[in-house]
Amino acid sequence: MAEFKEAPAGATAGQKLLTWVDNRFPASKLYKEHLSEYYAPKNFNFMYFFGSLAMLVLVIQIVTGIFLVMHYKPDAALAFASVEYIMRDVPWGWLVRYMHSTGASAFFVVVYLHMFRGMLYGSYRKPRELVWIFGCAIFLCLMAEAFFGYLLPWGQMSYWGAQVIVNLFAAVPFVGPDLALLIRGDYVVSDATLNRFFSFHVIAIPLVLIGLVAAHIIALHEVGSNNPDGIEIKAKKDAQGRPLDGIPFHPYYTVHDIMGVSVFLLLFSAVVFLAPEMGGYFLEYNNFIPADPLKTPAHIAPVWYFTPYYSMLRATTDPMVNVFVVLVALGAAVTLLLGGLSRNAKVVVAVSALVFIGLLKAFDAKFWGVVVMGGAVVIMFFLPWLDNSPVKSIRYRPNWHKWMYTVFAINMVVLGYLGIKPPSDAGTLISQIGTIFYFGFFLLMPFWSRIGEFKPVPERVVFQPH
Amino acid sequence: MMKKLLLALVAALSLAAGGARAAGDGIAWDKFPAERVTDLAALQNGAKLFANYCLNCHAAEFMRYNRLRDIGLTEEQIAGSLVFTGAKVGETMKVALAPKDAKEWFGGQPPDLTVIARSRSAAGKGTGADYIYTYLRTYYRDDTKATGWNNAAFPNVGMPHVLWELQGQTRAVWADVPDAHDPKKVTHVFKGLEQVTPGTLTPAKYNEAVADLVAYLQWMSEPMQADRVRIGVWVLLFLAVFTVIAWRLNAAFWKDVK
Repeated sequence: MAEFKEAPAGATAGQKLLTWVDNRFPASKLYKEHLSEYYAPKNFNFMYFFGSLAMLVLVIQIVTGIFLVMHYKPDAALAFASVEYIMRDVPWGWLVRYMHSTGASAFFVVVYLHMFRGMLYGSYRKPRELVWIFGCAIFLCLMAEAFFGYLLPWGQMSYWGAQVIVNLFAAVPFVGPDLALLIRGDYVVSDATLNRFFSFHVIAIPLVLIGLVAAHIIALHEVGSNNPDGIEIKAKKDAQGRPLDGIPFHPYYTVHDIMGVSVFLLLFSAVVFLAPEMGGYFLEYNNFIPADPLKTPAHIAPVWYFTPYYSMLRATTDPMVNVFVVLVALGAAVTLLLGGLSRNAKVVVAVSALVFIGLLKAFDAKFWGVVVMGGAVVIMFFLPWLDNSPVKSIRYRPNWHKWMYTVFAINMVVLGYLGIKPPSDAGTLISQIGTIFYFGFFLLMPFWSRIGEFKPVPERVVFQPH
Repeated sequence: MMKKLLLALVAALSLAAGGARAAGDGIAWDKFPAERVTDLAALQNGAKLFANYCLNCHAAEFMRYNRLRDIGLTEEQIAGSLVFTGAKVGETMKVALAPKDAKEWFGGQPPDLTVIARSRSAAGKGTGADYIYTYLRTYYRDDTKATGWNNAAFPNVGMPHVLWELQGQTRAVWADVPDAHDPKKVTHVFKGLEQVTPGTLTPAKYNEAVADLVAYLQWMSEPMQADRVRIGVWVLLFLAVFTVIAWRLNAAFWKDVK
């Protein structure tokens, strides 16, 4: 236990109060560790705004959510009407609702950019593996949160989107139908489903989400932030033990982030006030029709932020599973021939490849589609151990790596676009190629990330004073 | 580097947007004169047409009668000339049509119209208002249908032409156009309407009346839409000024970071 401190003689009432609190709760200590004496690299670029912006959007979602729950009715007979009630009869209800619906999309915009930033500058690498893993868990929670929340307006897209996604779980071998029943609480999406989704959306997932965000930040502040040069600023310290390239988070990055927040709010407000439907991408037109279990819409597509993964699901057709079989066989053959493995290891590789191929052919392609969709998210967790590049930041990687990341980003946009469109032969083929590229990018990273001519990493960060 | 990545992303996004615009089928939608949504006289006329022609079968269950004060009507005017069901002005616009009768007469329950203008938008084709504006002007006589009516924007529609006394009766003109992909095939293409018997309104006046009605439907789908934009402009102006302040504040602090 820390020493019990006395306020100095002649202290103001404020100082006395702070001393009283500090003796019982680490208020000053927390403030110093996380703000005034948390040293962040001074060379952050604009990609570093998205972390604080994600936090801002989280607060917007929670606060607007609290007010929406005051008026929303989680009842299949009343839900749609209660949303329109919020839009019409609740004072400023329309603003609260549009902020929440726009916030959902904004959350994914900033989180995708935040994640891509981490990939570009190697922010997931030692010692930041847990920061990255907590972040991936946050992303998973966010997807669940968005999925559960999307049912609540009880429009046609809400209803049929949930129906399609829950039915995916029915493709899991052996337990699938029971699992889908457990999620729905009924044989079709119904009032029971709406009630449990409401519960998950307003309590269960947000609780986990906030816990994970706290863990994400505690882990980050333990190891310190990475930066666009991928250099550890803690390696070079001054006489007082402060990193030479670090500056206190407060006030430098608080004023910096206020600037980012202001620009973000400018864009956010432009959507909320001038185009809340965002051309049907943030609020889908079909969702202004109340849910009708007897009328299936001609085209059911998830909201834009899920569509890259939805494309991968749809890409997994029977021929695609055969492609997987060939790829697994090829991978095993290459490992056996060039791996330089012991005899026992060779047997293990051969047997597991055969078992995997057997499983691929034994189960329905629909199930493998679900595995591919889930795997696309889960594979992100392993990124810290897939990257073997000798440098962290893209700045000092070979030029062709920059192209890899460019193609990766374009690939996600193309997959996202195809996921919005009704299926077509050309679209399926492109999304199959895109899916193979996506998994190839990660699974072959241990090899390709080492190849090429790396540039020398400077001793100190690159920074031009403003 | 970042710039290159962003440019590539922007290029990919604009490709995606271009593709989205080419989708859709059926006849092209006419452009609804959107400025009418803020024209109170048009909205009031639209509300009158709505109460007289639509509200007998279609409900607007999420819309309260007294919200019509927003378009310049008094409670007395609303109660006196727009409420035909004996409802109180604080109630929402419900109908007495029984679902069973609706099924028998039209083959289904007529949809609620509160947010119909928002639900009928389609990427690449136009807004929901454009659709309804086209739809209400493209009814034509078709004796093969139970109601005797068909529609070019909504083929095989269940609703008969409720406004036919205003528009009169029309006949559809079709043309056989060679298929662009297969020269051996021809496609039946809608060319327009031909007046058969005149209505109580001239074609120009009828278009005006429909535009007023659609303006009302558009307004009703989001009664605060004009306020939203008006407030939004001020919010954006404030944020623009605040951004400048935040930028200068940031520069003032970062002066001493070397």
